[in-house]
Amino acid sequence: MTDASVSSERVRATRRQFLLGGAAAGAGAAAALGATMLPGAAASAAEAAPREPSVHGGETVSFHGPHQAGIATPAQAHAVFLALDLREGVDRDALRRLMRTLSDDAARLMRGAGALADTEPELAAAPARLTVTFGFGPGFVARAGGAAPAWLRPLPAFGVDRLRPEYGDGDLLLQIAADDPLTVAHAARMLLKDARGTARVRWRQQGFRRAYGTEAPGTTMRNLFGQVDGTVNPKPGTADFDEVVWIDDGSWLAGGTGMVFRRIRMDVDGWDRIDRAGREQSVGRRLSDGAPLTGRKEHDEPDFDAKDALGFPVIPAFSHVRRARSDNPRERIFRRAYNDDAAPTGDEVSESALLFVSFQADIDAQFVPLQRRLDELDLLNTWTTPIGSAVFAIPPGCEKGGWIGETLLG
Amino acid sequence: MNTTTTRRRLLGASALGGAGLALALVLSGCTGGTAEKPSSSASAPSAAAADGVKVVDGWAKASESGMTAAFGEIENTGKDEVTLVSVTTSASPDVELHETVADASGQMKMREKQGGFPIAAGGALSLVPGGNHIMLMDLVTPLKAGDEVTFTLSFSDGSKKDVTMPIKDYSGANEKYSDEKSGTPTPGSSGTGHAGHDQSGHGASGHGGSGGALR
Repeated sequence: MTDASVSSERVRATRRQFLLGGAAAGAGAAAALGATMLPGAAASAAEAAPREPSVHGGETVSFHGPHQAGIATPAQAHAVFLALDLREGVDRDALRRLMRTLSDDAARLMRGAGALADTEPELAAAPARLTVTFGFGPGFVARAGGAAPAWLRPLPAFGVDRLRPEYGDGDLLLQIAADDPLTVAHAARMLLKDARGTARVRWRQQGFRRAYGTEAPGTTMRNLFGQVDGTVNPKPGTADFDEVVWIDDGSWLAGGTGMVFRRIRMDVDGWDRIDRAGREQSVGRRLSDGAPLTGRKEHDEPDFDAKDALGFPVIPAFSHVRRARSDNPRERIFRRAYNDDAAPTGDEVSESALLFVSFQADIDAQFVPLQRRLDELDLLNTWTTPIGSAVFAIPPGCEKGGWIGETLLG
Repeated sequence: MNTTTTRRRLLGASALGGAGLALALVLSGCTGGTAEKPSSSASAPSAAAADGVKVVDGWAKASESGMTAAFGEIENTGKDEVTLVSVTTSASPDVELHETVADASGQMKMREKQGGFPIAAGGALSLVPGGNHIMLMDLVTPLKAGDEVTFTLSFSDGSKKDVTMPIKDYSGANEKYSDEKSGTPTPGSSGTGHAGHDQSGHGASGHGGSGGALR
């Protein structure tokens, strides 16, 4: 739809330029495009006027609400994930002070205002759908003296894991996302300045998707293998999404969720050696549009019973799509991943990763069984290696005057 | 207006012997509230200054001890000009209103604002790092980032307003003190000011040169 309208614009522009070609001789291109320059032009001035590029920096996402922003929010183009470790001696009172301050910063920055005592408030003026999402690791909840859900601990060790401590764990997570990387950088610095007395940065991982406006909103992201990544995802705003994501147990986490963060290294150099058929077999989806190998469109249900002429399953049993699918509808998650393309080392030309992020109400019941199946068998494991892993409890949102974490620390 | 300012200075100065400046100004506010009413207000009785004052985005700089400062926008939504003459807080027995001005060498130095800060009707006083600010001279309780601190603002008509501000971790606001912090630009114009400040409980040595930097 959008693609069609964009291309018809282009066609029109081309035809206009062509028509104007004669009249434009010697004139500047911009002047030539003005409709008034063309005697007897049928096109209206509005249609022929050069289009102003649209500016989206002023778009905002509300900080306040029953759930934290940055989860059901359509994924922004840029995100930074920061895990902090609490300093020695930081107690419950200090955590309360920290979260009140960070919540105030986030609320102001998300509405496009500088934080209190912001030394660069001009950088906050374009929020570009900024969201700041806070997550508490096991250490944070312990320090707060709170009751941790059973799943708030490092994930069980998986055979495919090659975890490195510098990419995982942490007491406090900040997920800062916006459609503009400068906005993200400013928000991150502001929040870290207000946290530095209480915590220090353990790791920082920065991710990206397509830029805002490159594709129609809602287009499933692609990862650096070129795959459409995240097709089967509960849709925000539906009862299904609420069931998969939000905790509803009356605890301090009610209205919150559980977050799994995994840095999954992608061997893009190895992936280069696989032909397209092999790549599609490993996932079970077409590279061109993400449709299952048995379907026509991206969101068609895969037909795992379909056989090819030789009697083999069209979607191989070892494929990622097949292995990720469970008969138990509870074993589902909501994915909100980002790509990372870090500096290569040695003779490599790439150090790519997927910053896998999933939200689910119960990590043990929803994520772990799914990951177990992928750990046992998934052809995609050949080229992917989890090298960082962390689990966080995402507390609920807050109303105006409130702060994130008040249900735990208040 | 001039008369009012001078009288207040005199009142403040006479009460300052041995007492903190803040306390002195509170006292002068209490006793002289009506007496100090500007003559211009004789035509129409005005509401208490504090009633029309709103503090927006106030914050104080975190510090364990010693000196620190507070900032924010003090808006006067009332119909008459008001003058902020003093600020008190339990966090520091000694609080001053400071302005930042260039000294002879062009370096920005802060010094006490004589007569307080007038705020025009419908106007606002901006207290910002590097500019006008509320100076806490000697903390008796640490200001911890994320905590809040309450200030009492006192106005020239004797009215007061309590405001609570969050405390922020902030690296800036390191302006130096003027060597003649309590002096005034025009010699001899405010001898009473000198006299008062010299006895106000903090030695001038603490404010001179780099030793007087905020942090």
